[in-house]
Amino acid sequence: MHIKVIKPGLATSVQDAGRNGYYHLGIPPSGALDQYSFRAANLLLGNAETAAVLECTLLGPQLQFNVACQIAICGATMQPRINGQPQPAHQVLSIATGDTLDFLPAAAGMRAYLAVSGGIDLAEVLGSRSTYALGSLGGYQGRRLQAGDMLTLGAAPSTAAPVGRSLPTALQRSLPSKTTVRVLPGLYAHRLRPESATRFYQEQWSVSSESDRTGYRLKGGTPLQFQPREAPFGAGADPSNIVDAGYPIGSIQVPAGKEPIILLRDAVSGGGYAMIATVISADLDVVAQLQPNQGITFAAVDMQQALQARQHYQADLQQLRQALG
Amino acid sequence: MSIRYTFGGDEFLFAEVSESMSLPACFTSMAITGQLRQLQIPGIMEICPANASFQLRFDPDILPAEQLLQQLQQLEQSLADSPQILDTRLVEIPVWYNDPWTREVGARFRQRHQDPQATDLEYAARVNGFASVEAFIAAHCGAPWFVSMVGFVAGLPFLYQMVERQQQLQVPKYLSPRTATPRQTIGHGGCFACIYSVEGAGGYQMFGITPAPIYDPAQSQPYLADSMVLFRPGDIVRFKPIQQQQYEEAIQAVADGSFQLDIFPVRFSLPEFLANPQAYQQSLPGTHHAH
Repeated sequence: MHIKVIKPGLATSVQDAGRNGYYHLGIPPSGALDQYSFRAANLLLGNAETAAVLECTLLGPQLQFNVACQIAICGATMQPRINGQPQPAHQVLSIATGDTLDFLPAAAGMRAYLAVSGGIDLAEVLGSRSTYALGSLGGYQGRRLQAGDMLTLGAAPSTAAPVGRSLPTALQRSLPSKTTVRVLPGLYAHRLRPESATRFYQEQWSVSSESDRTGYRLKGGTPLQFQPREAPFGAGADPSNIVDAGYPIGSIQVPAGKEPIILLRDAVSGGGYAMIATVISADLDVVAQLQPNQGITFAAVDMQQALQARQHYQADLQQLRQALG
Repeated sequence: MSIRYTFGGDEFLFAEVSESMSLPACFTSMAITGQLRQLQIPGIMEICPANASFQLRFDPDILPAEQLLQQLQQLEQSLADSPQILDTRLVEIPVWYNDPWTREVGARFRQRHQDPQATDLEYAARVNGFASVEAFIAAHCGAPWFVSMVGFVAGLPFLYQMVERQQQLQVPKYLSPRTATPRQTIGHGGCFACIYSVEGAGGYQMFGITPAPIYDPAQSQPYLADSMVLFRPGDIVRFKPIQQQQYEEAIQAVADGSFQLDIFPVRFSLPEFLANPQAYQQSLPGTHHAH
């Protein structure tokens, strides 16, 4: 009654809605980076919306099911195959005991979410099953999956979702190869030279291969210049340094002005680099679906626009619940 | 001191108490965040004090941003005249300075260092004007440190030494970060010491290593039974030099679960400390009084 990991894939980990209340101890929220797709996969199966899933990154895992169950895959386009036969994503699939599931590399998007009926069953750590690998916390032994790992399933939903039920196209997220992400300028943005503060929003950046669940590093734009200053005591000599402070999830820092870094849900909780803006909560999922070398442009919004976008995001989730409830 | 408030997206409020590091700025951050924790305001999800700032994560659907901001400004006003007293504890952390593990890792990453010919300790001693590594270590463990922030990674304390500003030890970080740092390394960057709670990347200079786990999700040490993270902002730390034999005994005790830390309750008064840092920190409790 378990799922055996034959090949772990590039970076597959157990994730859910994440954990709150421990950021002040350096323990970040973690959780599925694309929360919309993670929830969609669970809702398709009739699971609790926040049941634990596998987050599969770029190259998915190969899994052998020693248990009959249902699965659904949402998020990045990573052609799933059961016993080598291509299967549709965004749809309830039936798995028989002995079946093997694998994926083709991501054709679009970065992260696919594999939900299983009943969810991945693991003990919660600090209120969540999400993996925080830097702290060896939560998930499966506090780390990404490895070959030979055995996953067990939770109790299946009382009413099984009909096999073949699918997510309406209108509720599937598009996965463009370049995108504009909305940010709220602020934090230490005043420390930038005005021409840098303007140019940051005019240029297209591209995602560096040094991008992971902790943060997305960007390249290709003009380096940013900070205003010259006399360093405050304890801040460090470089004008991009600050006295070490907390980092918001989604905040963008630019060490030495060179390569902006967007912090995601496995963020380092603080450090000594000036942050110049924060990705609004509604657009964090979008960032996490960008592949290396794909393009990203930033659009500055104000708080009111950020809150409107937040309402739209919640309305989309509500639609998802109604369509699949 | 007037706090600068700024929003980090639609879920974070960032408050800069001061651009520069000081114990009073840290104290203000702790006083406000401590009060917020007690108030249990619905909609506040995370309360994160930092060295000279703090941040909150909030749910704007429950607590509108403007309302949170107003409440904070009121709190700032009301705390302006409150007594600067902190009931906290002093934790003694044994350190093997100049140990072989951090020396080996330091040697491996010499090309990322300002001074590839020297060790981290030799460099730190020189740039702080000490005649020898021994004199630098004496200053490092000669006065206690205040845990001014916990974070970066799980359970990592930032420590600010309880001495006057002109005696603060300051060392630049590595030119570019190492990809490895031994777990429980005593690090230093800028004016802050830290203890690396997990193995991993790091840019701070490396001075020594402690046998004491300070973060353990398995909570296998008795002193981590209540929390997998040892340190809280406001804790006071005194580094206690040990040598190889004591280190190895401690590691053995950690392995069999019998390792103990010396921890003393402290009522810390900021005004009394600021009036005479040297005398005040020497009056703090500790095993050194028994000698």
